[in-house]
Amino acid sequence: MARARRFLPIYGLLLPGMLLYATWAAYPLISSFLLSFSEWNLTKPTVFIGLDNYVRALGDPFFWRALSSTVGYTIVTVVGQLILGLGAALLLNQRIPGRSVLRLIYYLPVVTSWVIVSLVFLYLYNGQAGALNWLLRDVLGVIDKNVAWLAEPSTALWAIAVLGIWKGIGWTMVVFLAGLQSVPDELYEAASMDGAGSWARFRHITVPFLRATSTFLLVVLTIGGFNAFISIFVMSSSATGTVGGPLNSTDVVLTYMWKQAFTQIDLGYGAALSFLLAGAIAAISVVELRLARRQAST
Amino acid sequence: MNVARLRRRLPRWLVFSLAIGLALVMLAPFALMISTAFKPHAYVLEIPPRLIPEAPTIDNFTEAWSSNNFGRYFLNSVIVTAFSTAGSVSLAAMLGFVFARYEFPGRRLIFGALLFTMMVPGLVLLIPQFVLAKNLGLLNSLLGLVVVYTVMNLGLNTFLLRGFFAAMPQEVFDAAEVDGAGPWRILRSVALPLARPGLATVTIFSFLAAWDEFTWAIVSLSDQQLYTLPIAIRLFQRANGTEWGLVFAASLIALAPVLVVFVALQRHFVSGAFMGATKG
Repeated sequence: MARARRFLPIYGLLLPGMLLYATWAAYPLISSFLLSFSEWNLTKPTVFIGLDNYVRALGDPFFWRALSSTVGYTIVTVVGQLILGLGAALLLNQRIPGRSVLRLIYYLPVVTSWVIVSLVFLYLYNGQAGALNWLLRDVLGVIDKNVAWLAEPSTALWAIAVLGIWKGIGWTMVVFLAGLQSVPDELYEAASMDGAGSWARFRHITVPFLRATSTFLLVVLTIGGFNAFISIFVMSSSATGTVGGPLNSTDVVLTYMWKQAFTQIDLGYGAALSFLLAGAIAAISVVELRLARRQAST
Repeated sequence: MNVARLRRRLPRWLVFSLAIGLALVMLAPFALMISTAFKPHAYVLEIPPRLIPEAPTIDNFTEAWSSNNFGRYFLNSVIVTAFSTAGSVSLAAMLGFVFARYEFPGRRLIFGALLFTMMVPGLVLLIPQFVLAKNLGLLNSLLGLVVVYTVMNLGLNTFLLRGFFAAMPQEVFDAAEVDGAGPWRILRSVALPLARPGLATVTIFSFLAAWDEFTWAIVSLSDQQLYTLPIAIRLFQRANGTEWGLVFAASLIALAPVLVVFVALQRHFVSGAFMGATKG
């Protein structure tokens, strides 16, 4: 009795939050898992169809195409953000004037919403009079006629990936900066006394110190790449009239899932696709962590 | 040897010009967005693009605000953001406090379940939350948005606040317990005042996430009266072409509160940078 009285207020504090969580996160997760084994279009009764949705996905060329676009988008954006984010962090780790203002500027795209930056890049990529065409054709002369960046199947996904990199540099930089600040100055000092040049110092002191930071960033940025949705949704539908256009070239797993669930109203198949994506994300995160650990031990 | 000389790995002028170059790349899209918002419709796609508008006008702002019920959308966003932020921060404070300071039967299991659902990508929950909202009559409703945004931020906020509460010295709690205070009173009068920096950080991030949320809003809202800013901005993209001046004026109206918070509370953004991680 005394025990119950002791724990009662504790469970009281837990109850409202956990109730909400159970209803809106745990229950949906379980029901979605069950839904992925069913056929349902919101009107007819749900039919249990076993693994059919998953088997269907594995034989669906549009799913495979979307998955390979997802992987391509992820590789390009992760590599781009890591390189440029590290570059920005190394620059700001020096004593240069206006460091805090520069950091603020680099971080600006991070706090701006995906919808707004997608619209801005849609404008910059305009096929007739966009600023990018003007810059590349009239100023730099690297292209000889205007390109409809988002309406061209060969360029659309990569144009969207450039936005993904641009938006993520600031965040990657801040995380790298925190890692760089953990390197003790004495190490650089000692290395210089031993005659190490700037590259040798970077290679043998900075890089090992940034290993944990880089692994963290690799995993988190990969998850972010797999979850890219709003930019692709907004830009492809505005530029071509179809989500995932032109010619499905910007379809990633999430946009394909979206269309199956909310335009085809094939909720079971959509749920199965979302679990396949979650599984892929989990598997890749584990592989990345393993590789990072192996690298660290050699 | 002094440290300043050692740190100069590249010539100073080169470092500085690279840094300025990158700053220009980051700023240019914003600069064009702002200048376009002040251009009359005829000039929005001029070649070469002008940074300083030839015939600057604020018509886009007045028209964006008065057309399409924009004031209404702004209010919808304020309501949804305020309630969901208040909800997720206060519920997370209760949860985080209990997980950090008390032992009780089921603690590991409940906390583990919370962490597990946190790992699941948000879009996996989109379809089942849609079905649930439909069954509960919360589709096409601002209350539905408040509930989903509260839950969206609850896991991460709980996790972070738990860290703050766990780092507090035991002595302050001992003193309160000797006075016979129960968990509710200790939370209110001891733990919360000490957790102020943590509460500020999670409040800012919850505000940002709710203010900018797009996917659930576009899935669940069909009545235009209920639109929030992120989806309302797109109403200016019309079938016969996008009115860029209006789109960017509307975007800047939506962006303004975010920028004010960002510039005023910068240090919270940097200290909280790691937590924004999962919100791709």
